[in-house]
Amino acid sequence: MAERKTLTFALMDTPYESARTTTALRLIDIATRRGYAVNVFAYEGAVMLPFSRQQPHRNAVRGRNVEEENHLLTKDVVAALMEMAARNGGKLDWVNCGLCVDERGVGEAIEGVRRGSPADLWKLVEASDNTLVIGTR
Amino acid sequence: MKALNIIESAYRATIEEQDDTIVWLTHALKGGRRQSRSPIARQRRQLCCASAERGRARFRRLAPDAPAAYPRPHCPLIAKGVAVYVLAQDLAQRGLDAGDLVPGLERVTRERFPGLFAAHDQIWHW
Repeated sequence: MAERKTLTFALMDTPYESARTTTALRLIDIATRRGYAVNVFAYEGAVMLPFSRQQPHRNAVRGRNVEEENHLLTKDVVAALMEMAARNGGKLDWVNCGLCVDERGVGEAIEGVRRGSPADLWKLVEASDNTLVIGTR
Repeated sequence: MKALNIIESAYRATIEEQDDTIVWLTHALKGGRRQSRSPIARQRRQLCCASAERGRARFRRLAPDAPAAYPRPHCPLIAKGVAVYVLAQDLAQRGLDAGDLVPGLERVTRERFPGLFAAHDQIWHW
C-alpha cells in the first residue's frame, strides 16, 4: 500500500458561490478515500462550510419539495468526509478560523470541527507532507 | 520552514475587513514567532503603492474605525523582517516605478520565479 500522506488544505471560499469550493471538497474526498490524514484550515467565508444550521429548501422553479430537491448541504459533505476518513484509517481535522467565525456569527459547527487561529494553520502545515491553498478569486 | 505567499488581489474580503486578509494572516504568523517565511509575491497596486489609499466605506453612521491603509508610512510587514517581493512586469504594465512604492520591496522578474520558488519549502497561492 502506498504511504499514507498528511495533507493540509487552506480554504477561503463560501459554501455555494464558487466551483472552487466543490473542487476543494472533491480533492479532500479523494484524499480521505485513500486514508490520508487531511487537515483543513477554513479561513474567511470557508468557515461556513460546516455551519450546523444550514437548512435544505424546496425548489419552486422546478416544482420540487424539500425531499425531491435533496439539497446538498456542505455541512453534510464535511460530516461525510470525516466519516469517510475514519472508515479508511485516516482522519479529517477541520479547523475553523475563530475570528472569521465570530464576525460571521457562525459559531455553531457540526461535531468534529474545532476552532483555531493562524498559529494552528502553521502547526498543521509543519506536520504535513504538503499544503494546497484554495483562496478566493 | 519557509512559505512563499503569492497574493494576487488586495482587500478581496470586502468591507468587513480592515486589512488585506492574507497580509493580516502573515502578520499573525510572523507575530507568533514561527520560523521564517517570505510572504507575498505579486505586485498589487493597493498593497505596494506608497500613495495607495482605500476609501472608507460608510453606511449612515456605520464605518470601520481603522480601514485598511497599507502601506503608509512604511509597510509594517517589511518592518517585521518579512521579505516582500513585487513582480517587475506587473509594475511596468501599470506604469509604476520605484518611486511609487514603499521602501523595502524587492523587485523580481518572472524569470526569477523558479529560483524563488525553489528557495521556499511551500508555495501558497492565495
